[in-house]
Amino acid sequence: MSLLSPALRFDFPALDQHVGGKPLVYLDNGATTQKPRSVIDALARFYERNNSNVHRGLHALSMRATDGFEAARARAAKFINAADSAEIVFTRGTTESVNLVAQSWGSANLRPGDIVLITEMEHHSNLVPWQQITRQTGATLKYVPVAGADAEHGLDLDALEKLLTPQVKLFAFTHLSNTLGILNDAARLCAKARAVGALTLIDAAQSIGHEPIDVQAIGCDFLAYSGHKMAGPTGIGVLYGKRALLDDMPPYQTGGGMISTVDWFESKWKPAPERFEAGTPNVADAIALHAAFDYLDGIGRPAISDHDHALAAQACTALSELPGIRILGPKTGKPRAGLVSFAFAAAHAHDIVTFADQDGIALRGGHHCNQPLMKKLGLPSTTRASFYVYNTPEEIAVLAASLRKILKFFA
Amino acid sequence: MSDLTDLYQAVILDHNKRPRNRGKLPVANRVASGDNPTCGDNCTVYLRLDGDRIAEICFEGAGCAISQASASLMTTQIKGRTVAEAEALFNAFKEIVTTGKAPDEISDLAAFAGVHAFPARIKCATLGWHAALDALRQPPSS
Repeated sequence: MSLLSPALRFDFPALDQHVGGKPLVYLDNGATTQKPRSVIDALARFYERNNSNVHRGLHALSMRATDGFEAARARAAKFINAADSAEIVFTRGTTESVNLVAQSWGSANLRPGDIVLITEMEHHSNLVPWQQITRQTGATLKYVPVAGADAEHGLDLDALEKLLTPQVKLFAFTHLSNTLGILNDAARLCAKARAVGALTLIDAAQSIGHEPIDVQAIGCDFLAYSGHKMAGPTGIGVLYGKRALLDDMPPYQTGGGMISTVDWFESKWKPAPERFEAGTPNVADAIALHAAFDYLDGIGRPAISDHDHALAAQACTALSELPGIRILGPKTGKPRAGLVSFAFAAAHAHDIVTFADQDGIALRGGHHCNQPLMKKLGLPSTTRASFYVYNTPEEIAVLAASLRKILKFFA
Repeated sequence: MSDLTDLYQAVILDHNKRPRNRGKLPVANRVASGDNPTCGDNCTVYLRLDGDRIAEICFEGAGCAISQASASLMTTQIKGRTVAEAEALFNAFKEIVTTGKAPDEISDLAAFAGVHAFPARIKCATLGWHAALDALRQPPSS
């Protein structure tokens, strides 16, 4: 596994600063990544030159905005190898994408006796929407358990076999756990679900900017992600859905832009994707997201994946030498995706994050929107370091030195 | 780390390591819990109110050094006081953690003055206090 060029760092203006007098070491990429200059420029260029509403205007700027917005959609389709750009719905992010499927597909298809299957490693964004829709429809929510520490907290695949019955209408799971650093075998999980006739939804929030993703090869029915976790802007995300499914689903929100005809008491809907994009869409951020797709494919996602995995492995090795550390997920030396979360008996995550901040290091401390999982693991919170294209082994050394100092302080 | 030694005063580290009045209080007649949903810190305060006076007080919980030390110190400060005195002390404490200025007559609580430079941590420092005040305002539980 090889690392990317450290010169990539210079593409990201926000990294060129000091925090508390120390060079910024940004290791909170699981929460959001920094943005390259090309993405920031695309956003500014849209507002400076092309700002206009889409789909309705007949003037030059509106046509430019519409072309840019639809080009972003086509690029989004290409980014995950979707068969058709009509399979790309722009949303605010992963959370809205999952809510859209839960409310639209769920309300039309779920009945008492049906099962929605998710896993114990889901982020709240792929858990609470399913709690809500199963309550509303009388369907049942079930969980694939996370195995114990000896099994490295992976999904319990034997339990999955038993849970996958013909009553399961949808299996929703995370591609990459934001707490455990585990990359699930999405194609294998989708094949298992398909065998019992269940649809699949993948939460790709953590993987989209880090791992190669081909929805046709994976065979999923829906896939959700956010732009801001893949070098793009906040407020824009994608729901991928197979066209036949999207065309059969009722609207999620209604209003302008999603109708074909409106009469006083009745309206007809446009086909997907416009059916699910009521109101003026987030044109500017979709166009900036286009620049993010280009930026990441300019580096190459297999190379990004190698880089992130290599850094996470190095971090695991360096941190495993710290006294009293508990590292979640894959054991040191085993494959893990680009993040490491850990806990110490001696120091709480918030104290660690506050201390590390004084050394210019940005970490995440807390329950990572995984409250039920943290309860199961017996941890109130963990500290997480998550890596991206601009991080370096030197920064891992800075992290390890800072943690050593913190542990001494609380010893 | 000069800022941090302001934040993590010796008194705070001591209460974090050796919390006072930690545990359940079987004879409690008031109980209240608080949590900080953004970070998962939680604190439960048990107290026995004898008339208007806090006769006994204990706390349980999990969280950062600031939240746990603050809850521990809080129990030592309001034990034996009246409800009105406890409320006044909490108001004084909130003033300390938000402004960094402590009145001369306040001793140990002044250790939390450093929190004002870390606005994200003010909620940690007040978690136990909020639980205690909630408990005091409740109707008797037994």
